[in-house]
Amino acid sequence: MHEHETQESTQMEDRRAFLKAGAVAAGAAVAPGVLLYGVAQARAPEDAASDKVRWGMLIDTRKCASGCDECVTACNTENGLEGKTGPQDSQWIRKLNIRNLQTGAEHNLPMLCQHCEHPPCVDVCPTGASMRRADGIVLVDRHICIGCRYCMMACPYKARSFVHEPLTDQNPDVPRGKGCVESCTFCVQRVDRDEQPACVEACNASGHQAMLFGDLNNPESDIARALRTYASTEVRGDLGLNTGVRYQGI
Amino acid sequence: MANTVCLSRDCGKSSEFWTLLALGGLVLLGSLATFFYLEHYGHVKTGMNNQIVWGVPHVFAVFLIVAASGVLNVASIGSVFGKKMYKARAPLSGMLALAMLAGGLAVLVLDLGRPDRLIVAMTHYNFKSIFAWNMIFYNGFFAIVGLYLIALMDKRLNPWSKPVGLVAFLWRIALTTATGSIFGFLVARAGYNSALYAPMFIIYSFGYGLAVFILVQSVMYKWNNIEVDERILCRLKNLLAIFVAAGLYFTAVLHLTNLYFAKQWEFERFILLDGGIYPLLFWGGQVILGGILPLMIIFSPQARTNPALVFLAALLVIVGGHAQMYVTIVGGQAFPLDLFPGYAESSSFYDGVVAAYTPSILEFMLGLGGLAIAFLITTVAVRVLKFLPQDDFKDMELNDDR
Repeated sequence: MHEHETQESTQMEDRRAFLKAGAVAAGAAVAPGVLLYGVAQARAPEDAASDKVRWGMLIDTRKCASGCDECVTACNTENGLEGKTGPQDSQWIRKLNIRNLQTGAEHNLPMLCQHCEHPPCVDVCPTGASMRRADGIVLVDRHICIGCRYCMMACPYKARSFVHEPLTDQNPDVPRGKGCVESCTFCVQRVDRDEQPACVEACNASGHQAMLFGDLNNPESDIARALRTYASTEVRGDLGLNTGVRYQGI
Repeated sequence: MANTVCLSRDCGKSSEFWTLLALGGLVLLGSLATFFYLEHYGHVKTGMNNQIVWGVPHVFAVFLIVAASGVLNVASIGSVFGKKMYKARAPLSGMLALAMLAGGLAVLVLDLGRPDRLIVAMTHYNFKSIFAWNMIFYNGFFAIVGLYLIALMDKRLNPWSKPVGLVAFLWRIALTTATGSIFGFLVARAGYNSALYAPMFIIYSFGYGLAVFILVQSVMYKWNNIEVDERILCRLKNLLAIFVAAGLYFTAVLHLTNLYFAKQWEFERFILLDGGIYPLLFWGGQVILGGILPLMIIFSPQARTNPALVFLAALLVIVGGHAQMYVTIVGGQAFPLDLFPGYAESSSFYDGVVAAYTPSILEFMLGLGGLAIAFLITTVAVRVLKFLPQDDFKDMELNDDR
């Protein structure tokens, strides 16, 4: 009886050891996939943005069609902007036409907040309302922006707008307000839901596919591959700001 | 009743005091009404826009702040460098510094997009921001100059006036360094981005501050039917000339440096030659009215004995100072940002074009509100306390070189 019990317990231990080893092996096989999955998927609302990710955008100016402003329209719709273009109206993204003064070569491109690694707007903001999220998205905290506009003086890309009048019919996902400064957020509300920014989606839908959005830190992402493969430029690269938005074809 | 308020025997006639108070009060009321109007409707009612984000209110505000630190120089020369004639003027100088800083800061606050969040500005600091440092320097300035004034005016605390005066002097140098650096630290704009802004603003502050001091002192003397002593007039006017000339020198160095750099030529062409209102204000306002003309007046033989001429020179320096601020602040923004050097740029967001700016009357009202605050504080202060310079001429004769 005693011997029988001993035999049984040895078998149990063997089974446990087998299960343990199997679990470790399975874990080791699945873990990288789970980790990658975790990076690629939307994070839970209770999780903070992570610096493991750096969101960025690559714009191929050769594919950006002259006269097309699908990205601008999509941005306005998504973020509740009216789309007016007076000197006091907000524009988060605009189509820029540039012409080389010597050769006459022309390019079209969307210009938006470049989501710099070292953003001058964040440096100069007296209250810290201008801030860079851990995942590289540069935002304005609407609760502590005092509307001094110093960030607008500092931005090299003219990417920011000041809300000059009271607003109505806002998108609940995108709070805006009179007297505060605002700019492109990379559609942070969409990115947090694992969606693409509205401008990128619209550019793809129009068939131009001039805008590529993704994680610059993930070597397997389409944007990282493209940046590895093709020459790209930073606007005002001389300033050393390490922009999150890069251009191809200029 | 007015006479019971008046603690100083030098404070002039009562009816005139109340008239001045009413005038200043009216302007301030207009400014406050403007503030509430803008608070309700937004900056859409001003001429400022997404290209010119700082306009006329900032011209007045920065002038007042820069002149505030400069006017303290008179006290510093007395307390720190021991010059007797300036010691007699230290209380007036300190009081004017506080009055003007209060006026300048009020305009900055009234122009904020969210002035209701002033408490946020005072409780959230980004220490990398030179703007945040400015707020710390401004608040510290009130405290230090306040203590300095007490030390100057309370006989028992007089021995403290030298060390506190030294701290105030160093603090004001730091303050104006920070104010100039608001522009100096702007990396991307052709008109700014220069370490020269800090010392240049200090030199400007010396000139603007002394000009304001001369103006106020002249009015106070006139009010009390006192003739200004020729030696005092001469020293003040000659000092003003040195500051004005130094200001012109720094301005020249800034533009000559820019002219040496090919990438800055377009900006210099704009600000010095074909930028419309800006070259006009630069040459006509800052250089001629605010620089060359005052120098010619100061060094004219008649100015030695004619206080009116010195008054005029000081007034011109102040007018030129406002022109300088307009050229620096608005002109620097009006010139387009160059996103792609070597390319012509165009867009719906006014890229590549000179930004248009037509200031509205409301912006002038906000700016004048700052002047009104400084004026009211000064008027009340000279009425209730003893700020009229008391010169000891015997002492001056003995120490004429001091």
